[in-house]
Amino acid sequence: MSGVFLYALLGVGLFVLGLYALIIHAHLLRKILAINVMGTGVFLVLVALAAGNPDAPPDPVPHAMVITGIVVAVSATALALILMLKVSVATGKNHLSDSTRD
Amino acid sequence: MTDNRKTGKALRLLLVSLLCAIAAWLGYAVLGLSLSHVGLGQLVGANLEASGVSHPVTAVLLNFRGYDTLLEMGVLLVALLGVWSLGGMPDYDESSPGPVLDILSRLLIPMLMLVAGYLLWVGAHAPGGAFQAGSVLGAAGVLMMLAGWRLDSRFAGLLLRVVMVSGLGVFVMVSTAMLLIGNGFLEFSPPMAGELILLIEAVATMSIGATLAALFLGSRPAVGPDK
Repeated sequence: MSGVFLYALLGVGLFVLGLYALIIHAHLLRKILAINVMGTGVFLVLVALAAGNPDAPPDPVPHAMVITGIVVAVSATALALILMLKVSVATGKNHLSDSTRD
Repeated sequence: MTDNRKTGKALRLLLVSLLCAIAAWLGYAVLGLSLSHVGLGQLVGANLEASGVSHPVTAVLLNFRGYDTLLEMGVLLVALLGVWSLGGMPDYDESSPGPVLDILSRLLIPMLMLVAGYLLWVGAHAPGGAFQAGSVLGAAGVLMMLAGWRLDSRFAGLLLRVVMVSGLGVFVMVSTAMLLIGNGFLEFSPPMAGELILLIEAVATMSIGATLAALFLGSRPAVGPDK
């Protein structure tokens, strides 16, 4: 029972850690990685809470949602990476330039 | 200069405290959830007989919540279209693979194909299924591309596109056929449910594997001179 909460809180921690990295880092690759870490946190919360009831087998619906989410995250990451490469080729920088600061 | 750094530090402190507040709030929300809730597990268990498969996760994915899986295949396809329409990777130099990778990939790829087939088959009654098998196939494709293999240009045109669309296409076609014979859209019921799910999963496995490998390659494979 406490194990479930341990994993769920770990998922929350991963989510917030990813959010911090997403805000703090300007490099686009780091932002993409941060979003992936956030997504992993959400998956961990879902899978942990699916096993919440010790008397019943784990709830299959969150598991199915996590499988769907993993595939969507992979394809979104692939698209984001190619966009990042395009930005870096077009501007020579690997972060989005802030026009008010430059 | 020092002023700037000072404001940066203050902003970062503010950010950290805000995120700590968010973490505490989310943690409180998670801890407040009651674990004794029944959830949908019992409902799935009660209807498992009617789904055509005996593994609850596969039943949820392919039967009870088929829309999720259908749209997920759509997302994969749209991501691939996006990657292809962006014109692919900028030039990067391909180094020739070392002998270790070359020989290891020869050993591993038949094994990976076998594992993918096993995962696909076992998905009906144990953990496994189309997505797991498809990602193993995709990994085999990535390994082959790292070892210097490229898709033959004869197959890179129409055939590759048919394989990539087929996952979504067969799913939609089977679901529409269900609609025509009087069931609802995406409603598979016995006695054919098991076979239909296996058919959809088999085609989806090929499609997912090819799409993931193509996403890794990043650019449209070169089409032969006849195009």
